[in-house]
Amino acid sequence: MTDLLYDADEEALRDSVRALLAAHAPWQRTLAAVDAGEPYDGALWRRLVDQTGVTGLAVPVEHGGAGAGFREVAVVLEELGRAVAPVPFLGTVVATTALLACGESTLLRQVAAAERDVALAVGLATAPDAAPGPVTVGPGPTLSGRVLGVADTVPHGLLLVPAGDGLYAVDGTEAAVRRAPVVSLDATRPLVDLEFTAAPAHPLALGPTAATAVTAALTAGAALLASEQVGVAQWCLDTTVDYVRQRHQFGRPVGSFQAVKHRLADLWVELTEARAVARYAADQLGTAPAGERVVGSEPALAAALAQAYCGPVAVRAAEVCVQLHGGLGFTWEHPAHLYLKRAKSTAIAFGTADRHREALARLVDLPAPHVGGAAADDGAGR
Amino acid sequence: MSDHTVDGLRGLVAAFLRTHDPSGDRTNFLRARFDAGLAWVHHPPGRGGLGAPPHLQAVVDDAFADAGAPDNQPRRNSIGLGMAAPTLLRHADEAQCRRWLRPLWTGEEVWCQLFSEPDAGSDLASLRTRAVPDGDDWLVDGQKVWTSLAHEARWAILLARTDPAAPKHHGLTYFVCDMTAPGVRVRPLRQATGEAEFNEVFLTGVRIPDTHRIGEIGHGWQIARTTLMNERVAIGGRPLPREGGMVGVLARLWRERPDLRTGGLHEEVLRAWVCAEAARLAALRLRQLIAAGQPGPEGSAVKLSFAELSQRISGLEVELRGAEGLRHDDWTMRRPVAPDLLGRTATYRYLRARGNSIEGGTSEILRTIIAERVLGLPVEPRVDR
Repeated sequence: MTDLLYDADEEALRDSVRALLAAHAPWQRTLAAVDAGEPYDGALWRRLVDQTGVTGLAVPVEHGGAGAGFREVAVVLEELGRAVAPVPFLGTVVATTALLACGESTLLRQVAAAERDVALAVGLATAPDAAPGPVTVGPGPTLSGRVLGVADTVPHGLLLVPAGDGLYAVDGTEAAVRRAPVVSLDATRPLVDLEFTAAPAHPLALGPTAATAVTAALTAGAALLASEQVGVAQWCLDTTVDYVRQRHQFGRPVGSFQAVKHRLADLWVELTEARAVARYAADQLGTAPAGERVVGSEPALAAALAQAYCGPVAVRAAEVCVQLHGGLGFTWEHPAHLYLKRAKSTAIAFGTADRHREALARLVDLPAPHVGGAAADDGAGR
Repeated sequence: MSDHTVDGLRGLVAAFLRTHDPSGDRTNFLRARFDAGLAWVHHPPGRGGLGAPPHLQAVVDDAFADAGAPDNQPRRNSIGLGMAAPTLLRHADEAQCRRWLRPLWTGEEVWCQLFSEPDAGSDLASLRTRAVPDGDDWLVDGQKVWTSLAHEARWAILLARTDPAAPKHHGLTYFVCDMTAPGVRVRPLRQATGEAEFNEVFLTGVRIPDTHRIGEIGHGWQIARTTLMNERVAIGGRPLPREGGMVGVLARLWRERPDLRTGGLHEEVLRAWVCAEAARLAALRLRQLIAAGQPGPEGSAVKLSFAELSQRISGLEVELRGAEGLRHDDWTMRRPVAPDLLGRTATYRYLRARGNSIEGGTSEILRTIIAERVLGLPVEPRVDR
């Protein structure tokens, strides 16, 4: 049976990540970094990697990793969401999944050992079932084209670029790679626009293997993002509950008013369900020993369900958090806006809830109506 | 000492089946199963159980079902099994448990619950049914309402006021009432569906022996809370396969009837499917928490979601059916022991589902309970305490 709980190892991992973030990534520091225009915290990332080995969690032992699996990755993401921590872990896991599907043992070893930063050069908003990107191959083993809104690319890191019918590795230090920072809605997860101009590339996979690797990576991203969303929502709920307990108006705690209580009770119910959905999605990925298994129908269904459900819950949690903090919640000095921006961005990342409902319509056979009567039933809702 | 493992319990069932013919007399078979401790495995020995972990119950139930053994028809006695039994186990004395638990579990005696009154619904502690001592007995007068199964029941769990001078939560006492006693009158109460699952129960000079009192005089409210917590778990706790509930009816209709499909309803069907699957996984996770010995407050979440979803999905189904949604199957007054949510027309489901957010604690009361007991938010200032 699918285990939707957390085991002792997962709880221990959570405790160590939470302690590290509490010590080294308080929101005041994150907000100051955003203000300074340097949101990625390289020192924090290094510390997280060195102390908890997060880059090796999803890498099997035979490729030099910890062989822990996606359930553990999901627990780390819950904590990173809870802290809106500005580290490129999600993108690293997504790229790792692509490397797993390609069987790239050498690169996997380097990622697991934290010798190399790696990111999938695909726009953050890309859904697992999206059409191939705009990068073209040639002349020779070079790539050209632009990819907009890519998350978690660290300067000098390796880029995994889907192009033509292949998946290629491009060294981010190449002069033929232009990296233009974007002013992103969620400054704690900075985006860049990438431009490749005949950039030298090394093919990792071609044909169906490459397509499978990209789909597996994006499916894992969608599934695992749900755990980050649970972490975001949990922080918003906890913080709001604490606030309305101590904030008094009309001579009583704001949290004693039924209108406030019921909103928070509804949020707690939604969060309870989102947690079950996110655990299910992570567990389904975790049962896939090789990358290509991730595109099987149940992991794909669980990932689509996760993004159809958990994204909107995180957004609601952040919006309720802002609202119930009153004027304070609307200020730059209070961290609520960091969570609101993170939540709203994640609701678009790896495809919107609507996009994932369309995917579910295909996966669970609830087809859209025919359009115009004569058209074939080809999923006309797309 | 029995071996409290999956294999150990399967072995006990197999040994039981070697000496008891599952195709023989149903009642005798069920009584013997109770006496063997294979009724509620988590109960202590002598009370239908083995003192085993509760998650092993499913192992035992499956083993009996696989052997084609008769079950105790749990839907016929849902209040007895879901609410009376856990309360008796926790609060009744040895003689009371010996008298009531076995026939309750076998289904020989059906139970109902005499709690709500016309003027005491959500504010249950304001109930006014009086119990006055009279020698070794109590004399009970009052009116109860929304009583499922009263017309079938042999016994009732009853909450009555024994001290009108005490603050309202402290003046209540918990009894077991004989539904065949003189002075008990049961009248059907018809619902919006046309049928009468419920009853009004009039109690006029009903004599209850003091030996049928559960717990201390004045402790009725605390004991009733055990019952109500179990009610919420009983309503929300069943595991379902994907599309196992009402959403499956809606999904099958969508698949079988392309002629009914519209773009707007497609969106609503998909949203409902997503929410139903999320609620199903949350219920599954709740079961896993309970089995792991970490019972949490998630039962309230499951009950709230179930009510909201059943209303939303049944309303959507009626609308999807369009002109067919104007047709109901039958308004004849019936006396079902449980609602037939999947067998009748969409209109029945729609109407019956309105009760889901009212029975067993209204959704509004549940939200307040979640806010205060789970989230720890302050209680509202009250004028009645």
